[in-house]
Amino acid sequence: MNTIVCVKQVLDPEIPPAKFKIDAEAKQVIPPAGVPPVISVYDERAVEAALRLKDKHKGKITALSMGSEKAADVIKHAIALGADDGFVLQDAAFENLDSFGTAYVLAKAIQKIGEYDLVLCGRQAADWGAGEVGSILAEILGIPVITLASEIQAQDKTLRVKRIVSDGFEVLEAPMPCLITVGSEIGLPRLPAGPRLMMARKKVIPIWRAQDIGAEPTKLDKQNAHTEVIGLSVPTRKTECEMITGATPADAAAHLAAKLSKLI
Amino acid sequence: MDNRKGILVCGEFAEAKLAPITIELLGLGRKLANELGEPLSVLLMGSKASGLTQETIAFGADNVYVADDALLDQYNSDGYTQIAANLCQQALPSIVLLGHTDVGMDLAPRLNARLGGGLAMDCLALSIDPATQLLASTRPVFGGNAHATMLAKSARPQMATVRPKTMPPAARDDSRQGQVLPVEGKVDPSAIKVKVVERTKEQVEGVKLEDAEVVVSGGRGIGGAQNFAMLRELANVLGGAVGATRPACDEGWVPVRLQVGQSGKVVSPKLYIAVALSGAMAHIAGCLGSKVIVAINKDKDANIFNVAHFGIVGDYKEILPALTAKLRELKSG
Ligand SMILES: Cc1cc2nc3c(=O)[nH]c(=O)nc-3n(C[C@H](O)[C@H](O)[C@H](O)COP(=O)(O)OP(=O)(O)OC[C@H]3O[C@@H](n4cnc5c(N)ncnc54)[C@H](O)[C@@H]3O)c2cc1C
Repeated sequence: MNTIVCVKQVLDPEIPPAKFKIDAEAKQVIPPAGVPPVISVYDERAVEAALRLKDKHKGKITALSMGSEKAADVIKHAIALGADDGFVLQDAAFENLDSFGTAYVLAKAIQKIGEYDLVLCGRQAADWGAGEVGSILAEILGIPVITLASEIQAQDKTLRVKRIVSDGFEVLEAPMPCLITVGSEIGLPRLPAGPRLMMARKKVIPIWRAQDIGAEPTKLDKQNAHTEVIGLSVPTRKTECEMITGATPADAAAHLAAKLSKLI
Repeated sequence: MDNRKGILVCGEFAEAKLAPITIELLGLGRKLANELGEPLSVLLMGSKASGLTQETIAFGADNVYVADDALLDQYNSDGYTQIAANLCQQALPSIVLLGHTDVGMDLAPRLNARLGGGLAMDCLALSIDPATQLLASTRPVFGGNAHATMLAKSARPQMATVRPKTMPPAARDDSRQGQVLPVEGKVDPSAIKVKVVERTKEQVEGVKLEDAEVVVSGGRGIGGAQNFAMLRELANVLGGAVGATRPACDEGWVPVRLQVGQSGKVVSPKLYIAVALSGAMAHIAGCLGSKVIVAINKDKDANIFNVAHFGIVGDYKEILPALTAKLRELKSG
């Protein structure tokens, strides 16, 4: 089974809110010093989903990341986890693309790779988090799509996918090739194994530019962007928090109980 | 450039009732439609949809499109995308609104992929930009640490999914008049590539998280599945439900359907008790509508204290049992 996993490198979303700073003018986030970028959470789960399928069915996993040259790090991370191969898609023309532009670039790279049974993406990126790229990518590739998967099984040429919905779950079936977006419900990713970590670190990750994948300039023209960010702000919602204390924790709890019993 | 007009809401319903999110979207849609001086339409899909047209009009729709087709009785991505895309290509709405629900999260990006419009997901605020008369959609980015406002300058339709419980529901007026229009064409079964083979409703004991008036949520600091019993006990005394953060769900301490937050459930109870969770923006996104938030955390600098109304700094294991006991006593007294 050949799987292609799309992974994005993002600013670590787990930095404390107090450290989160933006440049409202430029509509950009200012990365705090000394915090290295990470693989987007859901994309890491997508890698995990690919690995679980490979554990069972063998085959090859290729990771793709559009981003800066540093995105090689997330490809190496995927390889350390068990992916076989990977490419970075980097070009000045790829910077600040919207979801359609991003999906277009990924589609061109996937078409260059050629053979695949399954394309996996995270449900949304941990930074801009539009949650659209997977669906657009499937539309361009002309393959079926299932979003927000929590479990994936393969049998012959059919995929069986569980997804959690608000009042239960559903199970879907789709023919391969297919695109699936993965949610956190799939479960925690494994840790990279030591020897693979060393091997991945040394690996040279090829970089594909616009011309390598045959991307047409008009498709990358920002003038044709479908959406544009016109404002960025940090929500301020500071409530006055009344701190409840007491001689002992149980005391404080009793004081709190007295306050709450008036409310409900 | 544009012969597109009007707002189309993709409606949802269950058991012969419009979904609350659809009534919220009708309230929002009516306001935007009035501002633009354009009509508000709603698309209802499924063989039972025709029973809901009067109610939809009463909540503010000028037109109700009914796609009467048994293949649409259960949500399926391919069928819904097909019918909604066909309607958008015929009726040419300028704005399409969906709920940020199980259906909307799947359907909106697919529909937009097909139509080539401009979509903003999980919006918290929508307005008409005075300078351009375009839809300005504000949505959380970076896990809710920032809000971005987006415009679609030329891509059409302008699309948005709206987070449930962020907009006031539309007022009902049974004297309102509107048109009911059948959607032409049926689902092409050969285009349904992804088949739903099973759909299971999970029975929930006690109060449903989304409807609970009191929610007691636990985070990573709870430390294990067993310790959640303490939260359940407190919730029981208050007639509430238990929720959790993503890490607590990831660890398997509680089922994933209890996750509260941007990628989980949105709750707006009277009382939200946040226990041993740091208050990451992506979590808070799911409980900000709560009337009163109480935080119990051993770290006095935890972000949750910035949004809480009452707080106790300390180890929850020493606080919860006493809190539960005292509340039980006060309730019975
Ligand atoms: C795109 C995106 C979507 C996301 N969606 C969601 C979502 O829907 N829901 C969600 O919850 N998260 C979501 N997250 C993750 C979120 O950013 C945080 O990682 C998560 O909410 C943190 O969970 P936590 O507070 O349980 O854990 P932590 O941040 O690790 O906090 C644990 C807290 O427990 C306290 N503590 C520890 N022991 C004790 C004790 N004995 N007594 C009292 N206090 C104690 C600590 O002081 C600490 O504050 C999302 C992230 C991204 C990027």
